[in-house]
Amino acid sequence: MDAYSILWSDLMALKRRWPRYLLTTLISPLLYLVAFGWGLGRGINLNGTSYLEFVIPGIIALTAMTTSFNGAGTRLNVDRLYFKSFDECLMAPIGLSSLLMGKALIGVVRGVLSSVAFLAVAMLIAPAIHISPLFMVGLFLTCLTFAFLGVLAALLARSHEDMATFGSLILMPMTFLGGTFFSLSQVPTGLKYALYALPLTHSSMFLRAAALDQPLPWDSFFILLAFFATFLTGGMITLKKISI
Amino acid sequence: MSKMIDISGLTKKYSGKKVVDGLDLQVEEGELFGFLGPNGAGKTTTIRILTTLTKPTAGKVLINGIDVAKDPSKVKSEFGIVQQHLSLNRDLTIAENLELHARLHHLPSSERKRRISELLDYVELTDHADYLIDNISGGMKRRAMIARALLHRPKLLFLDEPTVGLDAQTRRRVWDLIRRMNSDGTTVFLTTHYIEEAEALCERAGILHHGHLIAVDAPLSLRRKLGMIAVEIQDNGNGTQYRYFSDRAAASEFVQMLPGNDKVVMRESNLEDVFVEFTGQKVLGD
Repeated sequence: MDAYSILWSDLMALKRRWPRYLLTTLISPLLYLVAFGWGLGRGINLNGTSYLEFVIPGIIALTAMTTSFNGAGTRLNVDRLYFKSFDECLMAPIGLSSLLMGKALIGVVRGVLSSVAFLAVAMLIAPAIHISPLFMVGLFLTCLTFAFLGVLAALLARSHEDMATFGSLILMPMTFLGGTFFSLSQVPTGLKYALYALPLTHSSMFLRAAALDQPLPWDSFFILLAFFATFLTGGMITLKKISI
Repeated sequence: MSKMIDISGLTKKYSGKKVVDGLDLQVEEGELFGFLGPNGAGKTTTIRILTTLTKPTAGKVLINGIDVAKDPSKVKSEFGIVQQHLSLNRDLTIAENLELHARLHHLPSSERKRRISELLDYVELTDHADYLIDNISGGMKRRAMIARALLHRPKLLFLDEPTVGLDAQTRRRVWDLIRRMNSDGTTVFLTTHYIEEAEALCERAGILHHGHLIAVDAPLSLRRKLGMIAVEIQDNGNGTQYRYFSDRAAASEFVQMLPGNDKVVMRESNLEDVFVEFTGQKVLGD
C-alpha cells in the first residue's frame, strides 16, 4: 500500500508527459532495429529464422533493461541528490521494503510501457514474432530485475556522474554484448562464459526463445530470478545503511 | 508540562571529528524554541538526528517520549519538518505534493481532500493548488512546505531556516504563520541565521557552538546577561568595538570618557549581540 503511494506520485509525474516519454523512449530501439535488423542483417539467416526476427526480442530485452533501469534509477538519483525529495520519503512512517519497492515500481511501469510500445511497432514489421503469456512474464521479470538494479545504483551513487559512469561501464556493454544482436553460439568459448555472467544475456535468450516458439531456456529464467533477488537484497542493505 | 524534545549527551562524529559534542537540551511541549549557531556549529546535523535522517554516534534523543534511534518509524508520525533546502517533488503540483505526504502518513482517503484544502487555505495557496512547483515563487514554495509539514497534525514542527531567501513581506507572513501554528498548540523548533527572527519569535533560544550549547534562555534574559545597552565605537579604519552596559546611565558615563574623534553609537542590545559575543565570531556581514 505504501509502495503504491510512492508509485502514485511517480505515475502522476509520468501522466503529465507520457506522449513525449513514449516518443523519446522509442527512438533508440527503432534506430537499432533499422541499423541492425534492416541495414546490417538483411538477408542473414540464423538457424532458419530471419535476422530481423532474431534481433527484435534482443532489442526488446535491451529496451526493457535501459528504460526500467533509468526509469527507477535516474529518477531516484535526481530525487535523492538534487530535488532532495527522497528525504521526505525517508521521514515518512513507512517500512523500508515499501520504500524500496515503491521506488522500483516506476521503473517496471516505464520498462513495460516502452517495451510494449516497441513491440507493437515491431509486430507490424515482423509478424512471425509470437507474444505468449510466458514472453510477458519474462519481460516483466527483466523490468523488475533492472528496475531494482537502477534503485541499487541510485542509492549507491554519490553524484550524477556516478550514475553516468555506471551506465557506460555496465549497461552500455550489456546493450551490445548481452545476447541482443548476435547468438552466443557464434562466439569463442571464453567470451561465451563471460557473457553468461550478464543478466541481460539471460533475458534476451528467454525472450527470444519465447518469441520464436523455441524450447524455453528455464535455467536462464532462474538465473535472471537470482539476479533480481541479488539486486533486491543489495538495495535493501544499502537503504538500511542510508536510513537509521 | 511534559518534554517534547529531550536530548542527552548527543554526539555525532564524522570521520573522527565531533560535529555534535555532548549536546544536552530539553524543549517543553508547546514551546517555540530557537536553535542558533554559526555556520558549521552542528545545527543541521542535530536536526537530521532528531528527524531520523542521521544516526547519532552516542547519546539519546527522545521525541515526545519516544527514542528516535530505537523506534524511528513511530517517531516519524510525531514530527513535521520544513527543511532548509526545497524538498518538494518538482514533477508534481502543490496539491499532489500534499497528497503524496498525506498518503505516506496514512491519512484515510475520506479525510485527505478535506485536510489538504484546509492546509492550502491556512497557508493561502488555495488558488495555486494545481501549479507545478517550478512555476511558483520562492515564498509560495516555502508555504507549500509548511503546509505539507503540518498535514498529518504533528505535535512537533522543525523549521530549518524557514525564511532564508525570502523578501521582507513574505518573511513576515511566514513569521505570522509560525506564531499561529504555535498558538494552535504545535511545539516549534526553529533554526535560523537571522538572529532577529529568533528574537521576534522565540520564547527561548539556545546557542550552539562547536557542537554544544553555550547558552540557553529567553532572549531577554540572554540580553540581560550581556547588558541591555550596547555602545559601538567605530574608530576610523580599525573596525568597530562593542561594549555592553546594564543601563543607559552606565553607558553614557563610559561614552563621556571616550576621546572625541571616535564615532559612537549607543543603542539597545539585541540577541545578535549576545550571539556574536558568546560565539566569539560574527555571523552576519563577514
